[in-house]
Amino acid sequence: MHGIYNFVSGPLVWVSFILFIGGSLYRLISMAKLANEKDQTVYAYMDFHYAFRSIFHWIIPFGAENMRKHPVMTLVTFAFHISLLGVPLFLCAHIILVKEAYDISWWFLSDSLADAMTLIVIASCVFFAVRRRVLPEVRFLTSPSDFIIIAIVAAPFITGFWTYHQWIGYRIVGILHILSGEIMLVAIPFTRLSHAFFFPFTRGYMGSEFGAVRHAKDW
Amino acid sequence: MAGPASESNKGTIDEGIEKGAEKLEPDRIEQVINNVLKNETGARLKVYVDTCVHCGLCSEGCHYYLSHDNDPRFSPAGKVKQTMWEILDKKGKVSPEFIKRASEIASTECNLCRRCAMYCPFGIDIAYIISVVRRICHLLGVTPLYIQDTAHSHSATLNQMWVKDNEWIDTLMWQEEEAQEEMPSLRIPLEKEGAEVFYSVIAPEPKFRAQLIYQTAVIMNVAGIDWTMPATPGWDNSDMCMYTGDLEMMGRLKKEHFETAMRLKAKKIVMGECGHAFRSVYDTGNRWLGWKMPPLPMVHAIEFYYELLRQGKIKIAGKYETPVTFHDPCNIVRGRGLHEMGRYVTEEICNELIEMHPNREHNYCCCAGGGVVNCGPPFKMKRIDGNRVKAEQLFAAKARGAKTIIAPCHNCHSGLEDIVQHYGLNMEIKFLGDIIYETMEKPE
Repeated sequence: MHGIYNFVSGPLVWVSFILFIGGSLYRLISMAKLANEKDQTVYAYMDFHYAFRSIFHWIIPFGAENMRKHPVMTLVTFAFHISLLGVPLFLCAHIILVKEAYDISWWFLSDSLADAMTLIVIASCVFFAVRRRVLPEVRFLTSPSDFIIIAIVAAPFITGFWTYHQWIGYRIVGILHILSGEIMLVAIPFTRLSHAFFFPFTRGYMGSEFGAVRHAKDW
Repeated sequence: MAGPASESNKGTIDEGIEKGAEKLEPDRIEQVINNVLKNETGARLKVYVDTCVHCGLCSEGCHYYLSHDNDPRFSPAGKVKQTMWEILDKKGKVSPEFIKRASEIASTECNLCRRCAMYCPFGIDIAYIISVVRRICHLLGVTPLYIQDTAHSHSATLNQMWVKDNEWIDTLMWQEEEAQEEMPSLRIPLEKEGAEVFYSVIAPEPKFRAQLIYQTAVIMNVAGIDWTMPATPGWDNSDMCMYTGDLEMMGRLKKEHFETAMRLKAKKIVMGECGHAFRSVYDTGNRWLGWKMPPLPMVHAIEFYYELLRQGKIKIAGKYETPVTFHDPCNIVRGRGLHEMGRYVTEEICNELIEMHPNREHNYCCCAGGGVVNCGPPFKMKRIDGNRVKAEQLFAAKARGAKTIIAPCHNCHSGLEDIVQHYGLNMEIKFLGDIIYETMEKPE
């Protein structure tokens, strides 16, 4: 048990961070190079002012017409994404681990708030999965991989919640928590989770085309 | 522009698609697709496909989807799923049957109106993806017959409607003569070098709407504009090749248009009230030719009218009485942000503007643009059924008093005429130029 724990919390962490950061850089750089070879328009028309104008409207809740048309989805996605990023980065337990290892620490969430945010992530994943089954226009686009991605995202939060509350078998679940977190990190650059870092580019490019060339809004 | 609908609309048979697909071999399909994917597409297509999280939020961006009671097959991403996702999944190993269906979806179930780009949280350019599908179908020779015919006309005559060179000149002289009855000093100056304005139109104007040239001539002459039209090919700014995916031909057309204006040393191009031609000259064709922006100043009629009215070059004798509503064409509103200028012009010449909702960038498409109306009778009912939501939108404006629809775009006119007729809306459709001509002060 200790052996496994040491492995997933030692070398595997390094492997997963290297794959996550390296993979993300690889995806971004290879796309930038490919764009330079095949899609020069992207560089020619990218305009920072209009790119940020568009991104800004799409990262504030209800900043775009479509968000107002789907208020529940908007609330869920914003609460989900904020919690998804916030909990792992600002969880007291995570920061203690870093402090013990490197003596660096930063501001953290109260445990009760982090607990609530974890539940938000899990509930949102359930919402997304149900939405995929229930709404015909989403169901039509859904493939098994979409459910796998939801599972990859939900797993670290479910196992983390379990471990924190020290429910039955929490030692094993704790190991699964670390492992699932690592799987998620590695999945980001190599699955549709890459929307996390492609978002500013796709949105920014469309914002540039709409703003600088077409003199119109895109939200 | 559009003839009567063919009888059968379910399981539409289009001769261009059918005959084209008969000649297809699986090897050739694979080779053509992979050529396009490898040589003509790159990071944009890859990132768009990888970034789409299949959320379905683009659905309500599409009038086809809304008009078909939210049928997911008509959602923007739904159409990409049925075409590009499949092509990429199978790495081009798709059947002729698949290509037939892909051609039909790409050419007749999407107007490339780009409304969905404003509904996708990632700003994925679905119109671009559908254009790539059209490009593949074009290279495979599987394009709907009617629009392919206009593309052939473009290649043979450099205009969309098989107008012969002498017919073009003849039409202008005929309209000049007609207009001289009203305004004896009026001229339509042909081939004048160094004019301020090079005026270009789409070929359907000389072909069936010659009165529009008459009206423009009156407006130009009253406003005292130094203008000209060419007597050579290059007068037609339209471009169905852009929509069939015949990009090489699109480049030839735009080159001819720009070079004709430059040969005449014109200061700027003014285009008639057409949307797709504007897209081709302002946004698409110029890029193919390597110009980031058009190589000489060019404006759409709305901007031109806006300037004339602001500068007092034309004065309105009495405003148009009937309450109007303003239809925002995709290619000049989402494509050029002319919605406020359009409203300025409308308010200068009309008593009352009653907005339809949604409007401006969010207006519903006419369902004729993107080459769909040019796919002709086999698909006429498809585009009328595919835009019930437009009828509802217009009906709501009518219920609040609007009687005339202003549509400053040729394709929108054709599309809206069919919508108005089929759904019994009983509204009149006009160009801005129609109303300016009707209401302006003219010399006695």
